[in-house]
Amino acid sequence: MRAIAIPKAMIALGLVGLALLAFPYVASSYQTILLSYGLVMAIAALAFNVLLGYTGLLSFGHSAYFGTAAYVAGFVVKYLHATSMEAFLVGGLGSGGVIAALFGFICVRYTKIFFSILTLALSQVLWSLALKFFWVTGGTDGIRVPTPSLLSGIIPSSGDKVAFLAHGYYYYVLVVFGLSLAVMWLIVHSPFGKSLEAIRDNEVRAEFIGIRVRRHRWIAFVISGAFTGLAGALWAPLNGLATPEALYWPFSGEIVFMTVLGGFRTFTGPAVGAVVFNYLKAYAVGRTEYWQLLLGVILVILVLVMPAGIMGALARFAGKPRRD
Amino acid sequence: MAAAVVQLLNVLLNTAVLFLYGVMRIVNLAHGNLYMLGAFVMAWAVGVAAASVPPAFLLLLLPVAALAVAAVGAAIEPTLLRPLYTRAEEYQLLMTFGLLLILEDATRFVWGPTPLSASTLWSAFGSSSILGSVYPNYNLLVIAIGLVTAGLLWAFVYRTKFGVVLRATAQDRRMASAMGISVRSVYVQAFALGCLMAGLAGAIVVPIQGAVLGMGVDALVISFVVVVIGGLGSLEGALVGAFIVALVRTLAITFFPELELAVLYMMAAIVLVTRPAGLFSRQ
Repeated sequence: MRAIAIPKAMIALGLVGLALLAFPYVASSYQTILLSYGLVMAIAALAFNVLLGYTGLLSFGHSAYFGTAAYVAGFVVKYLHATSMEAFLVGGLGSGGVIAALFGFICVRYTKIFFSILTLALSQVLWSLALKFFWVTGGTDGIRVPTPSLLSGIIPSSGDKVAFLAHGYYYYVLVVFGLSLAVMWLIVHSPFGKSLEAIRDNEVRAEFIGIRVRRHRWIAFVISGAFTGLAGALWAPLNGLATPEALYWPFSGEIVFMTVLGGFRTFTGPAVGAVVFNYLKAYAVGRTEYWQLLLGVILVILVLVMPAGIMGALARFAGKPRRD
Repeated sequence: MAAAVVQLLNVLLNTAVLFLYGVMRIVNLAHGNLYMLGAFVMAWAVGVAAASVPPAFLLLLLPVAALAVAAVGAAIEPTLLRPLYTRAEEYQLLMTFGLLLILEDATRFVWGPTPLSASTLWSAFGSSSILGSVYPNYNLLVIAIGLVTAGLLWAFVYRTKFGVVLRATAQDRRMASAMGISVRSVYVQAFALGCLMAGLAGAIVVPIQGAVLGMGVDALVISFVVVVIGGLGSLEGALVGAFIVALVRTLAITFFPELELAVLYMMAAIVLVTRPAGLFSRQ
């Protein structure tokens, strides 16, 4: 059975990949840009799930790494006068990783609710700093992030901004998404990833067989933060602005929401959840003033009747076991 | 300084609520929105009644608003929270985050996006001068109500039979159940009581600062700070935590306003790292 299951997954992955490649040619620019947002959030959700799904730690402060990376992109433009996208990515990955290393060092001493509240409190330190030091960060107005140059100008980025975002930038996001997906898949399926799962399932036993629990958690935290930072850097030019909202804790809640929507018990679930959530939110915001109400109701129903998320429900319909 | 005192009591009442969540092992992210609900109900009721009722009687609306919020809580607990007690506690955070989103928009739906004011009540009480400084009478009243409420809560939890049952249930659910305590009804009552306190805090504070959308989310994170500093589940610690938070906020606003909030969150983080059971834990 297993030998058949793996090619099936490969076929599904190939089909999804082809569909994503062809998307800008069949859909409108608006739809393509919306999907870019979805893919960016998918990176963040996958990164978040390294902590929730694989290490068993629920962070309510992932806006910290996402928002910091977006601000770093703004700072790169404002102070270094560089608009290279690669500089943004390095800045995002680096700043996300450094902040996560710092916060993680404190947070991994705790688990469960304490971990959640601590990550939340620390992310709010950054939010309040971004809000109050307005001469550096632009306060509530945020900081502008202009159209970047991709691969130092190999992909043309001049001309119409919408056309750029819907085409060149979309493929750029898609490639970074593909790479992140591959790297994170390798990480969670490596011996290191298996140790994380062991810690999640039974901390005491994991310690008995010689796994250094706290250090593993910390490394997972840093990986998670760095990739979330990468997503934040990709998000900044798309949004055109780095604002305090990207650091505010309800944004962390959205990342959690996406992950649960897709299903945190599977590797690809969070990515699916992020794309779906993004459409859902765009649709809800466009249709009704009370979009939060709609999202809230969906989350409540999800928790009550579909805790395994979209992918979990699909797996149950297909009659497969819930995990791999 | 008067504003700081009010803020302190605001935080104090939030804390009392979180103490009850400590009893139930629930961290309720929607708790700030229940506080906001209390504020909106009070502002609305004062707006309706202000023309025909003398101001002293308007105070009677405080418990009415609080009871309305308690009723909402009594409806939420059995339907939405009870199914989650046997699951991983992360689901409670998700559920209450969903409730937060719902309550925020439900409040907007009922009362509209513009802030409501109940300042007629505040100004009706005038002000008095104490030791050369002028204090609004309503603020003094709020301090009195806050202290009385905190005292009542303490007496309720530590001096009544229900308090004993409550603490026993918090300590060991299954044992309490085996002793013939109906854990279900204890949880409904505890949750409703927590919502009552949140609603009361919102209702008390609204004549001073008005009811605004988003006030709940702001209040929530501050009350987390208080609880973390005082220690989750310790009422005395929560009181001291509230004092410290009010003091630090006042000092920070005076000396380095940019860092006001950052200092608070940093303090919470430092306390969690050095004394995870709270600054005044006995361990």
